[in-house]
Amino acid sequence: MIRFILIRLLQAIPVLLIISVVTFAMVRTAPGGPFDQEVKMQDEVKAAIEAHYGLDKSAIEQYFVWLGNALQGDLGPSFKYPNRSVHELIGDAFPVSLELGIWAMLVALTLGVGAGLIASTRPNTSRDYLPMSIAMFGICIPRFVMGPLLILVFSIYLQWYNSSGWFFASDRVLPALTMGIYYAAYVARLTRGGMLEVLGQDYIRTARAKGADEKRIIFKHAFKGGMRPVVSFFGPAMANLLAGSFIVESIFQIPGLGRYFIMAAFNRDYFLIQGTVMTYAVLIIVLNLLADILLVWLSPRLRFD
Amino acid sequence: MSEAANNQKNEVIDLAHVEKGSSLWSDSWRRLSKNHLAVGGGFLLLAIAIVCVLGIWIGQSHEEQNLSLGPTAPSSDHWLGTDMLGRDMLARILFGGRISLLVGLVATFVSLVIGVIYGTVSGYIGGKVDSVMMRIVDILYTIPFIIFVILLMVFFGRNLVLIFVAIGAVEWLTMARIVRGQVLSIKNEEFIEAAQALGLSRMRIIFRHIIPNVIGPVIVYATLTVPSVMLLEAVLSFLGLGVQAPATSWGALIKEGADAMEEYPWMLLFPGGALAITLFCLNFLGDGLRDALDVRRSKD
Repeated sequence: MIRFILIRLLQAIPVLLIISVVTFAMVRTAPGGPFDQEVKMQDEVKAAIEAHYGLDKSAIEQYFVWLGNALQGDLGPSFKYPNRSVHELIGDAFPVSLELGIWAMLVALTLGVGAGLIASTRPNTSRDYLPMSIAMFGICIPRFVMGPLLILVFSIYLQWYNSSGWFFASDRVLPALTMGIYYAAYVARLTRGGMLEVLGQDYIRTARAKGADEKRIIFKHAFKGGMRPVVSFFGPAMANLLAGSFIVESIFQIPGLGRYFIMAAFNRDYFLIQGTVMTYAVLIIVLNLLADILLVWLSPRLRFD
Repeated sequence: MSEAANNQKNEVIDLAHVEKGSSLWSDSWRRLSKNHLAVGGGFLLLAIAIVCVLGIWIGQSHEEQNLSLGPTAPSSDHWLGTDMLGRDMLARILFGGRISLLVGLVATFVSLVIGVIYGTVSGYIGGKVDSVMMRIVDILYTIPFIIFVILLMVFFGRNLVLIFVAIGAVEWLTMARIVRGQVLSIKNEEFIEAAQALGLSRMRIIFRHIIPNVIGPVIVYATLTVPSVMLLEAVLSFLGLGVQAPATSWGALIKEGADAMEEYPWMLLFPGGALAITLFCLNFLGDGLRDALDVRRSKD
């Protein structure tokens, strides 16, 4: 197991290097620079600023300077926020995105697993069809429609929550629902499928024959195996979560990583772009690894491969 | 009887069935036509596409402004109301639908071509080439492409061609994996051996004999790719990175609607509804096709 984790971590190194090079190349070949503003700067001033940030060196040299600093935990300065380092900005934004992600996952798991369990215990009855039809709606209504709809109903008509911002505990509700409902729908379908498969196994029949009660069969015998599809869904879902965080953070004006990334791209804030992209990349790799470890733990047959 | 046991029993029956060969497609068709949700989804989708295309010739222009009119609720003149500039929402939704469907189809086609060729070559040649090619796919899988697509859109303009290429380039990975798996499962069949014995070139075997035989799962996955591509385009448009005015797409219309929904909710509800219904149809059709083409499924 430890070997498996180590190999995966080693494999992550070239991936991260590739991502950093591609990002760097894209950022530097993009038309327009960070200091091309409406009011044109004097050439000498611009040259001086660029020299200050080391932008006058060759691109390759710049990349290695950045890489060297990044390895020591210095992600460089931000152009847009001159007093703050990229490190500090990400330090502020990351916990916000993380909190949003965790709330969304809680929504997804409680609603999704609950609905899936209900559906799987009475397949092909109304108790199955009703939650599954709702789940289909959840999948087909995109988050950028769901978000405004929730705002329309809950903050404009009912005035229960603020329509944007990230100040009070209640500000978490609508963004977490917007992001979570979509995943809840998938989780519900996967839970139902996984549980139905496991509930058809011989050992469940054996448990039933020995007179175990239904609750015990579902939670003690079937649940762990039935959750496997859900767990393997979570790895790939992380990439999707990113697209979600861009959207949800922009709808609700949440100061998270996604918003910083998009603003940085528009402002050509070189180091901030690079920093946010690398944060995302590390995050995805770590979460994928965690999902795989969990998967091995859930299915003993994989344990020795 | 439990579902798994049921499946197992049918698997045996169906494998025997498949060996008869020719009836696979008609069998699938029969199974699909019994799935009312999938068939209904297919017809509704067709209707939406036809109406969007016919929208070129009927009704008002999507660009024609009427500033003195401004935003109005649905009425007999403008069935779905008008937007901030007095433009007819129905005409704009039809125009946006053409763009959204076009992006969905073309980008899926791009991913299909790359994925099928890559997967077939990798699976058919096998050996070291295969492991290197699949390793590349594995590495690409771990890269957060959405980030690069967004960077590409921000940096290098927002034209339709770039959207096709960018999205197509993201979506081919899964297709390549599916196709490779299929190729591996048929490449040792007798008809391939026969083709080799006849001295056909590798290219000819790949294009004439292998690709036509792996097309089933490819169709299924393509049907499921279209909605995810349309969603991705809508996400980009929603972030202001997709198609640019005066052109529009459902994603861009939803963005405009979300900005104006407080007073003019129909501007959000109609394009949002159009996109949701289309995704609904595509997903049902894709699920139905998957069930119908899966030879291991039950016979009904």
